[in-house]
Amino acid sequence: MAFRLKLVPEHTNIDFFRWQWLTFGLSGVALVAALVVTLIMGLNFGIDFRGGTTIRTESTQALDVAVYREALAPLGLGDVSITQVFDPTFREDQHVASIRIQAQEGQDAIAPEQMASIQSALQEVDPAVKFVSTESVGPKVSGELIWTAIWSVLAGVAAIVVYVWLRFEWQYSVGALVALVHDVGLTIGLFALFQIKFDLAIIAALLTILGYSINDTVVVFDRLRENLIKYKTKPLKDVMNLSANETLSRTVMTSGTTLIALISLLVLGGDVIRGFVFAMTWGVVVGTYSSIYVAKNIVLFLGLDRNKTPKDPAAKFFTEGTQDANP
Amino acid sequence: MLQISLWKRVVILLLCLAALVSAAPNLFYNRVEGHNDAVMAFEKTGAMTEAQVAARDAWPDWLPSGLVNLGLDLRGGAHLLAEVHLDEVYKGRMDALWPEARRALAAERATIGSIRRVPSPPDVLRIQIGNPDQIAKAVEVARTLTSPVVGLTGVGQSDYEVTGEGDTITFRLSEAEKTATDDRTMAQSLEIVRRRVDAAGTREPTIMRQGSDRILIEVPGIGSAQELKDLIGTTAKLTFHQVYGPPTANPDANPGPNRMLLPSAEREGISYIMDDVPVVTGDELTDARPDTDQNGYPAVAFRFNPTGARAFGDYTASHIGEPFAIVLDGKVISAPTIQAHIAGGSGIITGNFSVEEATNLALLLRAGALPAGMTFLEERTIGPELGADSIEAGKKAAMVGFGLVVLWMIASYGLFGVFASVALTMNIIMVFGFMSAVGATLTMPGIAGIVLTMGTAVDANVLVYERIREELRSAKSAARAIELGYEKAMSAIIDANVTTFLTGVILFVLGAGPVRGFAVTLIVGIATSVFTAIFVTRLMVVTWYARKRPKTFTV
Repeated sequence: MAFRLKLVPEHTNIDFFRWQWLTFGLSGVALVAALVVTLIMGLNFGIDFRGGTTIRTESTQALDVAVYREALAPLGLGDVSITQVFDPTFREDQHVASIRIQAQEGQDAIAPEQMASIQSALQEVDPAVKFVSTESVGPKVSGELIWTAIWSVLAGVAAIVVYVWLRFEWQYSVGALVALVHDVGLTIGLFALFQIKFDLAIIAALLTILGYSINDTVVVFDRLRENLIKYKTKPLKDVMNLSANETLSRTVMTSGTTLIALISLLVLGGDVIRGFVFAMTWGVVVGTYSSIYVAKNIVLFLGLDRNKTPKDPAAKFFTEGTQDANP
Repeated sequence: MLQISLWKRVVILLLCLAALVSAAPNLFYNRVEGHNDAVMAFEKTGAMTEAQVAARDAWPDWLPSGLVNLGLDLRGGAHLLAEVHLDEVYKGRMDALWPEARRALAAERATIGSIRRVPSPPDVLRIQIGNPDQIAKAVEVARTLTSPVVGLTGVGQSDYEVTGEGDTITFRLSEAEKTATDDRTMAQSLEIVRRRVDAAGTREPTIMRQGSDRILIEVPGIGSAQELKDLIGTTAKLTFHQVYGPPTANPDANPGPNRMLLPSAEREGISYIMDDVPVVTGDELTDARPDTDQNGYPAVAFRFNPTGARAFGDYTASHIGEPFAIVLDGKVISAPTIQAHIAGGSGIITGNFSVEEATNLALLLRAGALPAGMTFLEERTIGPELGADSIEAGKKAAMVGFGLVVLWMIASYGLFGVFASVALTMNIIMVFGFMSAVGATLTMPGIAGIVLTMGTAVDANVLVYERIREELRSAKSAARAIELGYEKAMSAIIDANVTTFLTGVILFVLGAGPVRGFAVTLIVGIATSVFTAIFVTRLMVVTWYARKRPKTFTV
């Protein structure tokens, strides 16, 4: 027997429903907490969603945020936030700051004179400063982007729910829906809690989380449907447990490889996409959790009509390739 | 028996080979790009510098030269979202309609009485008449000025809706005419922006219409959004106006009805009172080039088209000795006195130009004025250093991620893990191959998408392998276990990937810029990962089985 790395023993018989009230309660509490945190602390919206300007500066000199702030103070730009950016991928003499300026009254994108005065004010205090990127979004566009973002997440959820409903039964799609709301809610809550910049890229991450989470959920559902045909008289709960146990090894493997890839990106991929990658990493964790502990449970609560013939268990069209392997 | 028919093997291998060939140029990115640029330059200008010849020869012509486009966030460049003020065109239409209406109504002055234009919103023209009881007659006359809308929509509608109420006739642009006008304005604006950006010689700019009144402009390699704005934002709207009275030093002077006050471009504080309807506009120009005036100072020579020439000729013939104003972008660049009848429709504009300014102005006039002003709603500048850093970081993260995933797969599945790793490599090659073939754009989130794909791409293999393990456990023969593994995992593979695919499509449709780049790699990654897992890995497994014929084996 060759050596195999096995994170999950060959036969597991975990009762995923044993602590269901605890896990379900925890999920519920976490979701409510996420909502409360988001409402109280608010999201740290990037300029995509609230308009304004961000400038990324880079200097070979050690930078002092206070000096920058002082230099910009006389310009009367309103709310200005300056943060120094640290990243393990930076060179030794690479000092990066991110400056965010609120949208200016009555303007769309920032006026060129204003940008010039900001740049010369900073150059005065730090002659080595370079402006590696500037982005400016007018309030008109940012208002629309918020709606685009909301629509895309809703459209993503709707498309998935409809697909699951068509391929499985309506109970499964309700389970999937609750799991998706759970994952998206917790991710948004985490961003509110840590006040991580929330912009368009994070919406992309949310949609990816939707895709990943449902991927996991569907694999369990798929096995459940198969086992329901096999074990006609076994209680639903037991069939669910069996299905979850049978797919557990796969769940751990896939989450593992995905997390490995994401963590290397999180550490080495630079600060530009860190928020984006962070959202996805977190999403993989909650997505995996929710497919085991949330989606299934909802289906159990709703119950399934076991006398109905389940929908076509395997898409014949796609399995055509394996037919010629028949003995 | 486990078999894959020969033609299937051939197709699978050919597809892999095609992907390899198509992806390969990306390994020599700079060299191939230099080659492509040189070829492009040669096509455009028909000549090449020595450096360009060298660049072209650095990559043989017979090799594929398709590359993955680098997005703005990786290459550096500028992005602008401009909004076109469509209303301005309506106002221009109404201003142009007024003299026409005045002429038509003046012919009936005996019945309808005096006529006067009254203030109105930009897309409406209101004319007051002296005899309110003759309004029906006036409307009838006014209706003769309307004509059917030209265009596919709104057949049967006329361009203006004319109504009479009390003593006022109202011309209003019909909805169909507005739509047609908007489309024309946008098409014209796009064309002019494209010509101005092209004139600056930047590579592969993206210029496209977005929504009803917006233009998205992305230019890689340009220094800043400001530079780009300077390039396209200058409206270069040239008009010639009749001037009333001497110039004034009072910038708030009341110009009177249907007149306007515009400042001088060169003489600080001086303004001119002029007719608010131009005699001729820059739209009627057919040519403009840099020239010198009789004193040898830089100037711009221009030539009108026949309509413009006639209007200009008639005007100069009847106004000899009077001043007129040449207005560029709301400023009077010169206000000469008409010395003689200018027939033939050509002339020169003098001002306080430098040679460079004269050349620039001629170029702008030749390219044509933007039909309407623009506001910039969004602008982004990304420096090339940031892009280079991002590529570096992305590369490193991708390689480390790849290495770790491969290690884990081999540790978990042994030989089958090696198969999966080969398939994963093929998968990444296919993503690059496909993106190069269709010229898709790779962005920083796109790199993240590829790294994410590495993690999830092995999923289909994992599903199959886990299934084979299960089947082996229930003491099936090796061949049967492999067969069932593939067969039974298929449903889960399809369902899982279709849902991810759906979210990818939504991202692509609703997202923009970098996010769209992410959607592209995600979608392509899903398609190729299913292909590699179902076909490439299976081919390897089946080939291995046919050679070894093990009674039993460990996955």
